[in-house]
Amino acid sequence: MMKEYWRWPEYRRTVPGKDWTRAEVVTAGVDVGAVSSKAAIMVDGELYAYSIMRTGASSPDSANKAVNWALEGTGMKLDDVQYVVGTGYGRVNVPFADKAITEITCHARGANYIWGPTVRTILDMGGQDCKAIRCDEKGKVTAFLMNDKCAAGTGRGIEVIADLLSVPIEEVGPMSLKVEKEPEPVSSTCVVFAKSEAMGLLRKGWPKETVLASYCSAMASRIAELLKRVGVQEDFVITGGISKNVGIVKRLEDIIGVKALPMKKEFDPIIAGAIGAGLFARELYEKERKDA
Amino acid sequence: MGSKNVRVLILKDGQILAKGLILSGFDQKAAAEKLFNEVLRKAGLSRDDIAHIVATGAGKDSAPYANSEISMVGADALGGNFLYPSVRTVIDVGAETSRAVRCNEEGKMVDFAINEKCAAGSGTFIEAMARALEVKLEEIGSLSLEAKKTISMNAQCTIFSESEVVSLIHEKASKADIARAIHDSIANRIASLARRLGIQRDVVLVGGVAKNVGFVSSLQKTLEVELLVPEEPEFVGALGAALSSLEGGGSGK
Repeated sequence: MMKEYWRWPEYRRTVPGKDWTRAEVVTAGVDVGAVSSKAAIMVDGELYAYSIMRTGASSPDSANKAVNWALEGTGMKLDDVQYVVGTGYGRVNVPFADKAITEITCHARGANYIWGPTVRTILDMGGQDCKAIRCDEKGKVTAFLMNDKCAAGTGRGIEVIADLLSVPIEEVGPMSLKVEKEPEPVSSTCVVFAKSEAMGLLRKGWPKETVLASYCSAMASRIAELLKRVGVQEDFVITGGISKNVGIVKRLEDIIGVKALPMKKEFDPIIAGAIGAGLFARELYEKERKDA
Repeated sequence: MGSKNVRVLILKDGQILAKGLILSGFDQKAAAEKLFNEVLRKAGLSRDDIAHIVATGAGKDSAPYANSEISMVGADALGGNFLYPSVRTVIDVGAETSRAVRCNEEGKMVDFAINEKCAAGSGTFIEAMARALEVKLEEIGSLSLEAKKTISMNAQCTIFSESEVVSLIHEKASKADIARAIHDSIANRIASLARRLGIQRDVVLVGGVAKNVGFVSSLQKTLEVELLVPEEPEFVGALGAALSSLEGGGSGK
């Protein structure tokens, strides 16, 4: 089988030092994205375990797999989870969810949890879309803009170039920063045309890192446009898969003149949406219990 | 000098003497040179017999020997109106661009709308979809005419549409129905481009994609207008360019 350079690592994690059996409320957030599915298990409003995996052909299957993988080894069963909120592109297809909430709402809430109440602008760079979100100190969305129509400026665009250059996707960012002088950005917006343009550059004898630099730089300016339209207020954070691509993040920060808060090592920024969903799950559960 | 193909056409006293087409390939300049010589041979002429050379298309700078050049939209207008004098709107769908051109009764371009930014409104889209569907490009058009059901595609972007076609295959939609959905999808985008300009009859469809009967049918349905399609629609730009030399329409270099 051909090597799939776009394939990023799937993994799960349990936060050490927590005992869920003593918890009052156990909830879960399941974020079924177009490309990846994430599940976050929350114990009394704190992250307990999570998983990140590729979304398969069916959203319900992907949701099931993600949540079961997050629970693996914890001794917890899905029945022990008192309330589940589904989010993301496939949110209405989470069979065990008690409620569905849009990913924009969940990402803002999740970012507020991860980085704290000073967060005002969130850029969520996902597999098939890109969102610029503004929020208040409670993580409540005040404005947002998104591109989900065009692959340029989304993770899919990076996957295409990783494949074309046979560079593993995690190495695209670091490799693109190895250039001594920043090349002109690829002039085509469309990923299809940019791909032919990149092919032309390779033929001209450009080294891979220069082509990647040119591509990442074009992508960063495209994302910057979206951000500028919604306005960047600090603190600024980046969530979603592309937040791990230093080649794009660095160039984006240079363009907008604002630095993103550094990643928190205990929280993968890909799961911000799932965490937000898990937090809403707790609120909804407590509200229902009080109403009952 | 298109992004995919180079075309050469020789006009004598307003009659087409000879023409030819070649892939642009890696070296468009060399491809054009080779084709030019071939077409000259076909016409039984030498380079010196040619009174005036006009270049057009995305790669027109790769023909430095041209005496003048004309914009693609100007060439479309002249060529389309020459073939059908009643034509007031020319829609040109090529490999990487699509254009809608309004012309007057003399074939002069008066207004145009163009898409060269997004592959989803060009022939590249159909090529990518044919690959995803595992159907030959030459066959996808006629295949779509056999469709029984109307499926509409959600994605706009070529990259996202590829995944959508794969999902449709998984959902066991028939290849013919998917082929039709593909053509309806691009026809919608071309139609909105043309509507930005306003459709004035008669309308001629030119460019390589006009040879795709599935696309012609979808666009006709979407625009609710009968489309004229010349026998060799991919040569209309070259024809228009050649005509511009007669009318002094091209700009000198």
